[in-house]
Amino acid sequence: MKKKNFKMTVLILVALLFISLILYLSWGTYKIGPLDIINTLLGGGTKLQKAALLNTRIPRLLVGISVGIALSTAGALLQTITKNELADSGIIGINAGAAVAAVIFISLKTEDYYSELGALSIYVLPLMAILGAGISAIILYFLSSRDRVRPKRLLLIGLGINAGLSAFITFFTFRGGAGDYNRVLIWTFGSLWGSGWDYAKIIIPLVIIMFTLVIMNYKKLDVLNLSDEHGVCLGLNLNKERKKFLTIAVILAGAATAFAGNIGFIGLICPHIARRLVGPYHKNFLVISAIISAVIILLADAVSRNLFSPIEIPVGITISIFGVPYFIYLMMKEN
Amino acid sequence: MKRNNKNAITFTVCSIFILIVGLILGVSLGATQIGISEIWHSIFNYSEQLELVLIRDVRIPRVLCVLFTGGILGVTGAMIQGVTRNPIAEPSLLGVSQGATLVIAIFYAMGISINTTNVMIAALIGSIFSGIIVIGFISRKANNSSITKILLAGTAMSTFFISLTTIVGLLSNQSQLLAFWVAGGFRNATWLDFKLVSVIATIGLIIALLLSKKINILSLGDDVAISLGQNPEKIRLITLLVMIPMCAGAVAVGKNIGFVGLIVPQIVRKILGEDYRINIPCSFLFGAVLLTYADIAARMFLNPYETPIGIFTALIGVPFFIAVARKEKG
Repeated sequence: MKKKNFKMTVLILVALLFISLILYLSWGTYKIGPLDIINTLLGGGTKLQKAALLNTRIPRLLVGISVGIALSTAGALLQTITKNELADSGIIGINAGAAVAAVIFISLKTEDYYSELGALSIYVLPLMAILGAGISAIILYFLSSRDRVRPKRLLLIGLGINAGLSAFITFFTFRGGAGDYNRVLIWTFGSLWGSGWDYAKIIIPLVIIMFTLVIMNYKKLDVLNLSDEHGVCLGLNLNKERKKFLTIAVILAGAATAFAGNIGFIGLICPHIARRLVGPYHKNFLVISAIISAVIILLADAVSRNLFSPIEIPVGITISIFGVPYFIYLMMKEN
Repeated sequence: MKRNNKNAITFTVCSIFILIVGLILGVSLGATQIGISEIWHSIFNYSEQLELVLIRDVRIPRVLCVLFTGGILGVTGAMIQGVTRNPIAEPSLLGVSQGATLVIAIFYAMGISINTTNVMIAALIGSIFSGIIVIGFISRKANNSSITKILLAGTAMSTFFISLTTIVGLLSNQSQLLAFWVAGGFRNATWLDFKLVSVIATIGLIIALLLSKKINILSLGDDVAISLGQNPEKIRLITLLVMIPMCAGAVAVGKNIGFVGLIVPQIVRKILGEDYRINIPCSFLFGAVLLTYADIAARMFLNPYETPIGIFTALIGVPFFIAVARKEKG
C-alpha cells in the first residue's frame, strides 16, 4: 500500500513538473507553442525560437531548477540537524552570509551588474559565497551554543543575523539611485534575472554531486531524526555526521545564493510538503522535495517574468507571497 | 527608590543635552552646510534668503519630525515589551509597520493625491489591519508566550507585506521611493507632518503614562496581575490598541523604521530598572536621541544622496537582538 502510494505521488509530481517545464519554456514575451519547443529541441525551429529557447530560457530554467533543489535540500538537512521543522537557510541567515560575500566580491571586481564578471571570477564567485555562508553558519553556531545548541535559540539568533546581514547588503549596495535599489532587491529577495549558460555549467554539476552525496547517506539522516540516545546506540558519531551534513547544506545554500540571491521560504516549504506526502524517511522525501522545489520555482519564476511583463519581479518575492501564508498555517497548526 | 530617581534625573539631563546638540547638528549638517549664526537668524531674524528658507521649511521641520517619531518608536517598544513580557517585541519586528507601509504604497500607486492626511489615513488602515493580526497572535499564547514563535510569525508577516509593497512599487514605477518605504526615511518631512506626529506623540505619551502603572503590574506576569485584581487581557488589549495609531503616525511620517523600539527600552531598562512610570518617558527621550543621530548619519553617509534611515537602525539593532536572543531558553 505504502509503496503504491509513493509511486503514485512520484507519477503525479513528474506530470506536474512536465507541465511546468512546458509552461516555463513557452510563456514569455515571445510565445512558443509546445510542439515548436520539441521541434526546436530536436534541432529544427526558426532562428528566433532557437535564440529564445537555447540561449535564454533553457539555461535559466536549468539554473532555476538547480537553485530550487539546492535550497530545498539544504532546508531539509537543516531541519533534520536542528530537529526543528521551521529551519531554512534563508530564514536563519546562511543565505544572507553568502549574499554578503558575493556582493563584496562583485564590488571588488566590477562596478556593473554581475553578468559582466570576467571568466575566472565566475568560478570564484560561488566559492566566495560558500565561504560567506560557512562563516555565517559558524557564527550562528557559536552564538547559539552557550551550554549547548538549542533549536529555538538558534532560530531566533538566525532571524537576527539574517536581518543584520540584509541591512548590510542594502547599506553596501544602495548608492542612492532608483536602479540601485533594484539591485538590492535581487540580493535580499533573490532573482533569476540574467541567468545564462555560464551560471548553469557551474551550478548544475555542483548540485548533482551534493544531492547524490546526500541521497547516498539517507540512512544516517534517518538516524539523526531519532533521539540522540538512539543515534548513539546505533553507533553513529552524531557530532561528526551533523557537521558533515551542515557542510553540505552550507555548500548548497551558498552556491544557490551566489547566482540567485537570498531566496527564502522555498527551503522550508518543500521538505514540509514532501514529508506530508511520503513520510519522514529521507530517501523518499528528499527526492519528492527536490521535485516539488523544481515545480515551485519554475511556476514562481514564470509568474515573476510574465505576469507584469515587461516589468520583472524578483522570484523570491513571488515565492514569499505564497510561502508566508503556508508558513503561518504551519505555525498555527503546530500549537 | 531614591537612588533610582537620581539616576532618572541624570539620565534625563544627559539625554536632553545630547538631544539639543543633535538637533543643532541635524539642522546644520547636510548637502549645504549651515552655520550656527544662520540658524539663529532663521529663527529670530527671518528674511526670504534661500538659506534661511531652507532652514525654516526643510531642515527644522525634518529634525522635529525625526525627534517625535523616535519618541513614538521608543515608547511603543517599551509598551509592547512590558505587556507581552517579551524583550524582543517591537512594532516593526511584528509586522505592524510593514502593514501600514503597504497601504501607503497602494495609495501612491492608485494615484490618490499624496498629502499628510491621506498618508495618515493609509497608515492607519494598514496598521489596524496588521495590528489585529498581531493581537490575535499575542493574546493566543500570552500566558506561555513563546518568543521565538511570535517573532517568527512577525518576521513572516513583515516579509509578506514588504514583498507586496515591493511589487506595488515596481509596478507603479515608484522604485525610487521603494527603498524609503521599505527602510524608512524623512525625505519630504513638512511642517504639516510635524503637526501630525507631534500631536500623536504627545497624546500617545500621555496615555502611555496613564497606563504605565498597569503595565508595571502586567510586566510581573499575568498571575500577579490577576491576584492584584487586574484583568491582564483587558490591559494588554487597551495598550495594543493605543499603540496602533501611534505606529501609524510614525509610519506616515518616517515609513518603516525598525529596531528603535527594540534598542531603546532595552538600554533604558538596563540603566533605570523595571519601573515603567520612569521607563516610558525616558524611552521617549532616548528614542528621540537615537533617531536624531541616525537621521544625521543617513543624510551624511552618501552626501548629497540620502540613505534609508532604517538601514542604520537595523545595523545598530541587530547586536541587541542577538544579545537578548542568546538568553532565550529552549
